[in-house]
Amino acid sequence: MSLSPAHTQSMLDQAGPGASASRKAYEVQALRFRYQPPSRGEANWVLDGLTFNVQAGEILGIVGPNGSGKTSLLKLLAKVLRPHDGGMALFGRDLGMMPQVEVARTVAFVPQESPQVFSFTVMETVLMGRYPHHRRATWSAGFGWESAEDLSIADQAMQYTDLTHLAGRSVMDLSGGERQRCMIARALAQAPQVLLLDEPTAFLDLQHQMEICAIVRRLKDERGLTVVLVSHDLNLASQYCDRILMLKAGALFRLGTPHDVMDADVLKAVYGCDVLIDRHPDSGVPRVTLPQYRAAKNVGGRL
Amino acid sequence: MVPLLLLSVALVLTCLQFGTQWIGFGQVLDIVRTVVREGSVESEQIGTTGVILMQVRLPRLLLGLLVGACLASVGVVLQALLRNPLADPYVLGVSSGAALGVALAILLGIGSTFLALSVLPLCGFFGGLLSLVVVYRMAVSYGRLPIHSLLLAGVILNSIFSALIMFITSIMEPNRSAGTMTWLMGTLTAPSYPALAILACYLLGGLFLLLQQARRLNVLTLGEESARSLGIETEQVKRRVYLLSALITGAVVSVSGMIGFVGMVIPHAVRLMLGADHRLLLPASALAGGMYLMIADTAARTLLSPAEVPVGIITALAGGPFFIYLLMWKKDRFA
Repeated sequence: MSLSPAHTQSMLDQAGPGASASRKAYEVQALRFRYQPPSRGEANWVLDGLTFNVQAGEILGIVGPNGSGKTSLLKLLAKVLRPHDGGMALFGRDLGMMPQVEVARTVAFVPQESPQVFSFTVMETVLMGRYPHHRRATWSAGFGWESAEDLSIADQAMQYTDLTHLAGRSVMDLSGGERQRCMIARALAQAPQVLLLDEPTAFLDLQHQMEICAIVRRLKDERGLTVVLVSHDLNLASQYCDRILMLKAGALFRLGTPHDVMDADVLKAVYGCDVLIDRHPDSGVPRVTLPQYRAAKNVGGRL
Repeated sequence: MVPLLLLSVALVLTCLQFGTQWIGFGQVLDIVRTVVREGSVESEQIGTTGVILMQVRLPRLLLGLLVGACLASVGVVLQALLRNPLADPYVLGVSSGAALGVALAILLGIGSTFLALSVLPLCGFFGGLLSLVVVYRMAVSYGRLPIHSLLLAGVILNSIFSALIMFITSIMEPNRSAGTMTWLMGTLTAPSYPALAILACYLLGGLFLLLQQARRLNVLTLGEESARSLGIETEQVKRRVYLLSALITGAVVSVSGMIGFVGMVIPHAVRLMLGADHRLLLPASALAGGMYLMIADTAARTLLSPAEVPVGIITALAGGPFFIYLLMWKKDRFA
């Protein structure tokens, strides 16, 4: 995964305003969202009254138990879902008022699973990321072929994710790790300032987890990209994220550095179980471990 | 694309030779040359053989080319939207919905015999659209379209619609019901040139509009959420493509009945050769589908000559086993 200085430079050029660290990528105000209308006295809020900011150039991890609204929040940030209530601003612009295609030029979203049933090649898939940059307002807007610039940006994205040797391979024949890298490359081809990742390391083995994390870290360091990622893996979030947003039942429970959030009391309150917290031997960030299972005395015999 | 175009022209000339009466290639070329020189297809210039060639065989071949192109294209776009390589207007019940609309119109006597100018394509459109909506609603669960519920929905709709069509034909006058039955099985009949021209304008226009959606269709195969995050107004594109598909299928069914599996066999074969990019796949499938149906129809005309087999029977016999093969050995790739 080597990158020549020329490439690094051209990638940096595209990062644009995301590179300045003081700006806010997202400002989220009193965000509310639900899939279903209220029923039988239940309000059915999936997310209820979230207020937070995402700093430009940071890696923000969204964690929380199953069903706490992590993925919904990510999809709201991508404008894949529309909020019921509340305001969201993307680099100072009202997200609700932005056309979908303009959001797509700034924000790239990689869902947890990207099933593909047709034999598109890796190159073709990555090039789909160029769609929002296609010159439109012509009768052939839905047709148009990619330009030489599109091809070179796709090439860079594939180099960045170490996919160049697989460019002509069908995405249906990729392994889990390769497919995830391919989807990240597709997102990079959008030349975004914000990258939204839903469980980027789920179902991947250790080496592939490392690869994805390294790519994400480098995108932040070299391109100044803002990354928001959802993860089940608390240790991974702790190690790679600048800040962590902990959700509990659709509400913001705690937002802060890994040291602030990865706390035994916080985790007990959110996940409802005792955990052990120590330090990562390399980086010193908090490390979460489940304690040894001990059968409770009064029920042990019956199990 | 150019090789495919040349191939289809060559195929038209080849297929012209076959029929109840064999007409040699040299004679075919002679007559074509005369027609081009004289600009007329009347018998004074080209004789009886010329009339058979130019007023019977050629328009029928061209109709086959057109119908095959439409069926294959609709198959391609339905597969992309439903993200399922087994989708086909026939399998999903869109064709039978269109056929029901047309049969109903024939029963009520609102269709004239001059097909391209009649309201029959419109009735077919409404029938086809109804099927699409019902199949989609039946099969969708949590925003996904599982392959088995999709196929099941098509099967159920097909059996309900065929029952209704049977009922309609059973209460028609005997002489009309025989004609309706033949049409239902999928038959190409030589149209007059003006009728063919009108149909061609309508259908080629539809195909052109579909082709404009090709790049969006590519992105839509990533899934709707990904497509939306890439800046596509998914609902708008889907609505447009479904409407066009129903319009095209309705018109095709109203002239040629239910010709099955072209929309599934052809895109699959073309994908294997040219890849999945809809900007290539769509026009190439259209040409390949047209050629496929021309060959099938030539077989239909000649196998039991002078009697004819409905071409729908031939495409079903060729496509059905292929469908079984896909379902049995390839389903793990798209289930």
